[in-house]
Amino acid sequence: MKRESKRTGVFTRRALLIAGGQLGALGFLGAKLYQAQVVEGARYATLAATNRISARLIAPPRGRLLDRFATPVGGNRLNWRALLVAEQTENVGSTLDNLARIVALPDHERARIERDLRRHRRFIPITVREFLSWEDMARIEVNAPDLPGILVDVGTTREYPFGATLAHIVGYVAPPNDADVADDPMMSLPGIRVGRAGVEKFHDVGLRGRAGAVQLEVNAMGRVIRELDRQEGTPGQDITLTIDSGLQSSVLARLGDESASAVVMDCRNGEVLAMATNPSFDPSVFNAGVSQAQWVEWTSNRRAPLINKAVAGLYAPGSTYKMVVAMAALEAKAISPYDRVSCPGFLDYGDRRYHCWSKYGHGSLDLRGGLKNSCDVFFYEVAKRTGIDKIALMANRFGLGVKLDIELPGARAGLVPNRAWRLGQGKAWNIGDTIVHGIGQGFLQLTPLAMATMVARIATGRAVQPHLTRAIGGVLQPGSLATDWPSMNLPEREMHLIRDGMYAVVNEQGGTAPLARLSMPGVTMAGKTGSVQVRNVSREQREHGYKSENLPWEFRPHAMFVAYAPYDNPRYAVSLVVEHGNAGAQAAAPIARDIMMNVLTRDPANRVEPRGMTVADRR
Amino acid sequence: MSVLERRLIREASFGLTGKLWQISWLYVLLLCALASVGYVALYSAAGGAPEPYASRHLLRFGLGLVLMLAIALIDIRFIARFSWLAYAAGVGLLVLVERMGHVGKGAQRWIDIAGMQWQPSEFMKIVLVLALASWFHKASWERMGNPLFLIPPALAVLVPVALIVKEPNLGTAVITAVVGGTIFLGAGMRWWKMVLLVGGVAFAAPLAYSHLHDYQRARIETFLNPESDPLGAGYNIIQSKIALGSGGMWGEGFLQGTQGHLNFLPEKQTDFIFTMLGEEFGFVGGIALIGLLALIVLGGMAMALRCRHQFGRLVALGISMNFFMYVFVNIAMVMGVIPVGGVPLPLVSHGGSAMIMVMIGFGVLMSVYVHRDVEFADGREEV
Repeated sequence: MKRESKRTGVFTRRALLIAGGQLGALGFLGAKLYQAQVVEGARYATLAATNRISARLIAPPRGRLLDRFATPVGGNRLNWRALLVAEQTENVGSTLDNLARIVALPDHERARIERDLRRHRRFIPITVREFLSWEDMARIEVNAPDLPGILVDVGTTREYPFGATLAHIVGYVAPPNDADVADDPMMSLPGIRVGRAGVEKFHDVGLRGRAGAVQLEVNAMGRVIRELDRQEGTPGQDITLTIDSGLQSSVLARLGDESASAVVMDCRNGEVLAMATNPSFDPSVFNAGVSQAQWVEWTSNRRAPLINKAVAGLYAPGSTYKMVVAMAALEAKAISPYDRVSCPGFLDYGDRRYHCWSKYGHGSLDLRGGLKNSCDVFFYEVAKRTGIDKIALMANRFGLGVKLDIELPGARAGLVPNRAWRLGQGKAWNIGDTIVHGIGQGFLQLTPLAMATMVARIATGRAVQPHLTRAIGGVLQPGSLATDWPSMNLPEREMHLIRDGMYAVVNEQGGTAPLARLSMPGVTMAGKTGSVQVRNVSREQREHGYKSENLPWEFRPHAMFVAYAPYDNPRYAVSLVVEHGNAGAQAAAPIARDIMMNVLTRDPANRVEPRGMTVADRR
Repeated sequence: MSVLERRLIREASFGLTGKLWQISWLYVLLLCALASVGYVALYSAAGGAPEPYASRHLLRFGLGLVLMLAIALIDIRFIARFSWLAYAAGVGLLVLVERMGHVGKGAQRWIDIAGMQWQPSEFMKIVLVLALASWFHKASWERMGNPLFLIPPALAVLVPVALIVKEPNLGTAVITAVVGGTIFLGAGMRWWKMVLLVGGVAFAAPLAYSHLHDYQRARIETFLNPESDPLGAGYNIIQSKIALGSGGMWGEGFLQGTQGHLNFLPEKQTDFIFTMLGEEFGFVGGIALIGLLALIVLGGMAMALRCRHQFGRLVALGISMNFFMYVFVNIAMVMGVIPVGGVPLPLVSHGGSAMIMVMIGFGVLMSVYVHRDVEFADGREEV
């Protein structure tokens, strides 16, 4: 017990001693702290004020968008802007009041500035106004003594030289939102923009580039004394599009005032040369912020200028779909090329009568005649024999009703119905549904881009995918050669029949689209018309001399035309939808012909073709 | 032993509820207060946002707290039984990190377990305390006079210290050696021997130094004198002094520290967190934090004094000393008093594995306090 207490006693003494030492050591630190912060504090505070090192990110220039001939269609322009550093002014309010006398500063902008000021620390520059004119900037510089805390700075802004012409393809950029800022610190830099639509959005990450950093020595007023270190960022990559901006302009001009959409595609590789949608909008407006009035005007316009109809507009394809039905029937051996169907002007099935567009009928027709005359009864019958599921599968092979690899956010797949889809809706598929499907109506919904893809695949027999990116950062992307695309493995003899039918539509006496005939020696076009009613025509109307052109605009049928040329060596596919344009043969075919003429005369490549590029049959 | 005294000795097991009542909740509150300071500092270090540091800090502290309370309920005699096994594991981990750990900031000291990077040296300090305490638990005052008895525990200190030096992590090695030495002192090692030992080391160090290879010397030089690297560690110290100084008496205000927020303070979320706080909350804030840290250190020492068995006393002493050393080295470092780097401020700095280890240490300390009155035979008292 005695030993134990001796040991305990020693421990107690020593522990107290150690604790005293610890307390003393911490007290010493406290004293040093007092010396560092209070005694020498003033000196160090001066040091801090005169010797701040600030690391700043440098915004990389956003990559440019170029057309196929390297003409810039989206680029950067210098942007003069006024910034405010709150800690450099005694009174933020009076500084802003003074500024408002020089340049316009609306109340909502004022509110936005106040909000930014609350959110950021006092030495962080806040953007007060962007897009200053040279005069505004000069006035601010002259009045600098009255504007403490205001800096004029130069950044870049996005510019679209083609404006509305390419708006739907290029898309637009807008200031980043809070979610973007959370992802990437670079986003909080003033002047940074994020792609919000079109290719700007699809290729946003590549276009952004990587931020650089600069270490600056700055004084208490935030003025840069010298640059200590600099790491350049990586500029965003330039994106070369497949678009021909000149062609795009002339296609859009040819659409005139119609609410319409046209796609011009290189048949051999799926490169989209033009994708025009009318009406369009000015994409640069989004950069600065869209006014309420402008937004209301856009969204209430029934011609929907903000929608890219080429990829997001859904239309029943009408008669332009008949090639797919024919191909499905031939492959399923539901008909042979020589089978004939008699058209009395209607087909009775069940208790319903399905009309042909020709009231008096076409008489006896084979497949070629059916296509040439666009006989509805022929395709009612063929569709009935083939069955919906086989037609739907063939449609998918032609790029219909499936997601295409187009680089546009908001592109829609459309709908090719089949039995399973209808069952999913809780309904059974009727033969009547198949019959109307045979002439491209009913549940069927396709985009103009999908129709162009279908024509390109018919023309070449290759499963080309439409695409807009030709090169990224100067590196040619795969897909620009015909051989990059797999063959569809459809029998050449049957494919020839379909193409031959399309040839007859345009070029033979009695074809439905004589207005589409090219006035060019030695070059012929193959095509197909389509007209789609947007509401049913009753028997009563039919008997009382129904005329669709007498209807109000929004009830008139859509007019369609799809085509490729040259017939004997396919190079270009065109699809065209004129909303409420009445008949495809009258409203769409002439426009499509003019577009095709333009394409063929624009590009000398149609005359000298590299050997081995021929993918279609020769006549 | 008087009857009264015997009655005060607690039964071997006095129930979970009983143990919970014995936990010093005041001490737990102090730790929570310190972790809250950490939250505030890390919130500011991230530029006024809970991400990426502060929210994770809170999560880890919660985890650490649960771990600490769980360990506090484990019987201290049970812990004592596994001291040497844990020590062996600690040495094993140090060897492992030497062989296959990965190099961070020029030193090989980390291994990955459960998605976190762990420094085995942190673990080593706790298990060394346990091993030494268990060795000295049965040592009488007379036995402590026998130099031969002191040789095995001295080796037990030297082996891990040597391994940590080799990582190389001189700061942690010194802390480990000081903690070990403190336990020798508490156990009753004679003063003159301690003086002789410290003097001997101080004398031998330059001799050993002269026998090292050039590259080894260069390495140690950088550790001892970071000012020799003015663009690296030395630069940080200068900027740290400037930031502290600009804080003044009352500080620049929460989130208003220009030096920290202009990003010139590297590692402001780890080693230089105290500077960050000093700039924003001034001398008043800094001294309040030092006061809080002192309360935690002295509270641990009080638990050591209050304990009725030698093992618990020594463990509490060692853990308190370990915490104190962290605090002292870190704060002295950011004020430029001592040149060593790489030591975080426990429960305040960002860093998951260090925080968990510190909380495990506090768990053992709390277990000592909960079981302060249990009968823990040392083979001597019963004679």
